[in-house]
Amino acid sequence: MSITANEEFRPKIVAFCCNWCSYAGADLAGSSRLTYPADVKIIRVPCSCRVNPMFILRAFEKGADGVIMCGCHPGDCHYSTGNYYARRRMALLFSMLDYIGVEHGRTRVEWVSAAEGVKFSQTMNEFVAKITSLGKNVRLEDLRCRK
Amino acid sequence: MQEIINRAKELLADGTVARVLGWRIGDLPYNPEPSYFETAEDLEKNFVYDGFCGANLSKYMIEGSKLEGKTLVFLKPCDTYSFNQLIKENRVDREKAYIIGVGCKGKLDVEKIKAQGIKGILSISGAEIEGDAETLTVNTLYGDKTVAYKDAMLERCHVCKGKEHMIFDEEIGESKDTKDADRFAEVEKIEAMKPEEKFAYFQKELSKCIRCNACRNVCPACSCRKCVFDSTKFDSAQKANADSFEEKMFHIIRAFHVAGRCTDCGECSRVCPQGIPLHLFNRKFIKDIDEFYGDYQAGADAESKGPLTSFTFGDVEPGVTGGRR
Repeated sequence: MSITANEEFRPKIVAFCCNWCSYAGADLAGSSRLTYPADVKIIRVPCSCRVNPMFILRAFEKGADGVIMCGCHPGDCHYSTGNYYARRRMALLFSMLDYIGVEHGRTRVEWVSAAEGVKFSQTMNEFVAKITSLGKNVRLEDLRCRK
Repeated sequence: MQEIINRAKELLADGTVARVLGWRIGDLPYNPEPSYFETAEDLEKNFVYDGFCGANLSKYMIEGSKLEGKTLVFLKPCDTYSFNQLIKENRVDREKAYIIGVGCKGKLDVEKIKAQGIKGILSISGAEIEGDAETLTVNTLYGDKTVAYKDAMLERCHVCKGKEHMIFDEEIGESKDTKDADRFAEVEKIEAMKPEEKFAYFQKELSKCIRCNACRNVCPACSCRKCVFDSTKFDSAQKANADSFEEKMFHIIRAFHVAGRCTDCGECSRVCPQGIPLHLFNRKFIKDIDEFYGDYQAGADAESKGPLTSFTFGDVEPGVTGGRR
């Protein structure tokens, strides 16, 4: 697929969703007929704690323009404490990305429960709008991965 | 230095230890190397402990713990933090180590001497740990030059963690706290830059990286048996062009894997052949951990839980930190 100057910029967004809450939340958004842009590609993970910082960097490296991680609300983790650890890791990683000069807002963490289809749809709409305004991710891309 | 050698010989002779882990005289006056010594003659002839012995020996005790019998290891005050951290992670066996805490008055960086335009170094005097040498006399092919000891010190010694050994069986020699700079000053300077400037700064520094993996290999915290960077599936297994994200990914992940365990010993920056200030990554994580989760010094003890292996219910949210969102 080639992008010509006339074509509107459509960001590539990767969403890591935990199996127990956010993925079910996305499902609910679908069955409730709520809409969110097709630019969001969901990757299901067993728990938000499964998200290695490398996953996020790797997504950017391969050409994602934004990465969002969704998990159960703190206190509601299926495995009791996974999202607490994930929260600490992401806090440090996002701060580091800021430190090396990546634009604010390309990464985000949102806690979405299985009952929050509306929140899921809203979050994704907001995030896509934010990334569209930021434009293409050039600072984190690996040139070898460009198609 | 003779006192150290004599004590090591004593311990070898009475069978307390089977070998000595110390520093061997290098082929140049400023590059001693970590080494095992098994005989008194070898110690007498080749052992050295001077201002250039910056190498942190605690990592070698991971292998040393697997050997038969006890190993005598010399640790400087800042090295004992690394040793404590390794005990906490069950990587070294305390019973297999006989620790002598050696005095340290700040270690030297030959690159800083060379940066002052001094070439053809033949010998350096004043780097011995005895006495309080304020200046170094460098004997070169072009005559004698003098350098202030302070100006030749490693970056990490300017932010010294203190002169106390955290763990030891006995102590030999006097230590001096050489701290004269703010540990987080450089990090704060970068934090205050605009995103474009930050990006340009790290692009400039990291594009020098030749992926020799010296920073990973020397790091006492970075000691997994299997390393992600050795995987052929990891994209940075090959050297990439400098304007790609590959270098940053390597260095972020390297620092992230030791976040909360890094004792800020500064070995990564010391060994970098390209002179990249690698400690800036580790120190950023340390600064964030201190700010978000309370002050924490890895290796100050051998029991407490690290910040990334524990949590509190009220931790900061990732979106809010670092001025993001």
